[in-house]
Amino acid sequence: MMDGSYTPDTLTDEQKIRNFNINFGPQHPAAHGVLRLVLELDGEIVERCDPHIGLLHRGTEKLMESRTYLQNLPYFDRLDYVAPMNQEHAWCLAIERLTGVQVPRRASLIRVLYCEIGRVLNHLLNVTTGAMDVGALTPPLWGFEEREKLMIFYERACGARLHAAYFRPGGVHQDLPPALLDDIEAWAHVFPNVLDDIDGLLTENRIFKQRTCDIGVVSEQEALDWGFSGAMVRGSGLAWDLRRAQPYECYDEFDFKIAVGKNGDCYDRYLVRMAEMRESTKIILQAIEKLRAPEGQGDILARGKITPPKRAEMKTSMESLIHHFKLYTEGFHVPAGEVYAAVEAPKGEFGVYLVADGTNRPYRAKIRAPGYLHLQAMDHIAKGHQLADVAAIIATMDVVFGEIDR
Amino acid sequence: MSDALNELAGQLELRMSDAVLRHETAFGELTVMTTLAQLPKLARFLQSDENMRFSTLVDITAVDWPGRRKRFDMVYHFLSMYRNHRIRLKVEVAEDEIVPSISDIHPSANWFEREVFDMFGILFSGHPDLRRILTDYGFRGHPLRKDFPTTGYTEVRYDESLKRVVYEPVQLVQEYRQFDFMSPWEGAEYILPGDEKQEAAK
Repeated sequence: MMDGSYTPDTLTDEQKIRNFNINFGPQHPAAHGVLRLVLELDGEIVERCDPHIGLLHRGTEKLMESRTYLQNLPYFDRLDYVAPMNQEHAWCLAIERLTGVQVPRRASLIRVLYCEIGRVLNHLLNVTTGAMDVGALTPPLWGFEEREKLMIFYERACGARLHAAYFRPGGVHQDLPPALLDDIEAWAHVFPNVLDDIDGLLTENRIFKQRTCDIGVVSEQEALDWGFSGAMVRGSGLAWDLRRAQPYECYDEFDFKIAVGKNGDCYDRYLVRMAEMRESTKIILQAIEKLRAPEGQGDILARGKITPPKRAEMKTSMESLIHHFKLYTEGFHVPAGEVYAAVEAPKGEFGVYLVADGTNRPYRAKIRAPGYLHLQAMDHIAKGHQLADVAAIIATMDVVFGEIDR
Repeated sequence: MSDALNELAGQLELRMSDAVLRHETAFGELTVMTTLAQLPKLARFLQSDENMRFSTLVDITAVDWPGRRKRFDMVYHFLSMYRNHRIRLKVEVAEDEIVPSISDIHPSANWFEREVFDMFGILFSGHPDLRRILTDYGFRGHPLRKDFPTTGYTEVRYDESLKRVVYEPVQLVQEYRQFDFMSPWEGAEYILPGDEKQEAAK
């Protein structure tokens, strides 16, 4: 019998209704990638939601075990490809903690600057495509224009628009030219106006509010039970941000506020993300100021065993030449031990659990992606909502399959 | 930082003495070794105790050590958003042992345990829905075990004559690149004649 076909009961002449199973995705534009949801619907109400993930599984963790630490770095760009440098950051922090390397101040500031650019990149994509999922077409067009400008800042720092491989264990790959800092500063002064424009399109928009207010409500306890992090807990009223709670890099020097929602619904999380973009812009401006200050000058790599020697030294010193050759063939060795390094990625807590055995390759690296836990709660959150709300909930969870499927 | 962790470890040892085999603090992180039978009890204690309040399960994973008698390490990470501290639990698991699921304590353990089952083949008791999660439908083997080749056993392609995707044994057009550039003179224990004199001189 077909699902939902009309078969009247012969005795009572009542219509028998069976629940309807549909496949949402993996080719649905609102699925944000390759998500397949098996939805059981009672009319238009979602009764059960079973996400099938793994369609983008590339075996990153397995591949990492047979490559050197430095060769593994670019894999992190390919996890959450919306904000690549934030992922690299976690990997670098893990290695630096095991090897006990101190990152120079200038590199640390550049990292903060580019992490915040990554956060804006991510939130711009999430907020605007989220609006598209509930019917607005203009925000993504406006948002992607700004993302394009940020991509060019990425390109000018490291040569790649997306897969940067810019953060390296011990610092960053190359120094920033002063003109780039000027341009980022000019952008950061104009960007709040763009946010105002997007605000004007969405925040008090009647249709947008109808589609997001009281949809996908997450209470504080639920957020803890399901292991949420990032905007998903802050939307529910918990002021939890790793940048503030467990400061890494030099975030403790920066002045920024943590946006917190009240109701824990999709609309509050949208507001939290909008506010975070404004805060990130402030951090970007502060970082540029610190980079220009005399204390912000200097080398951008902790010169030593895990970083390459300066190019000029290689021309004159045999030792440097050997070091360079050994670093890029054999790679550096990381002392045995285990460490869990986490960063506040735009989507939440992104962590790396690294087990080193003293060789030039990680023995085991586990990538903890925030989206994995958010998507896991899909069944819990979407139950009882209408089918159309599923798209709004997926959008608010900020799922990217690069990091969920790994 | 480490003082607070040591205090935490001391408290755990005092109140859950049968569950804590040993503990260590390294790189500013506390690791507690526990036993399979005590694991759910310890997890529940960590979550509910007023001084612990490890409200969030951060991660569950496993590490394969094929040379060991108990082959796997199950690794649990917890975070307390109220007390702002982290803890790592480790349990040794033999290949034929079944791990008690903690998904009734932390609902978020559900997918993590599915992933560990998928990747390592470790079974969980009391898990509501222990299916594969990341690998293909109908996949065989457990990829993150050390004896599983990185290339896998099968590859897929679209067959024009059959008009469907077919599975075939892996055929590599070039040898898989192993980045094993370890120095032959580092790590190996060569004993040259006369080395014993150095020991004697000390």
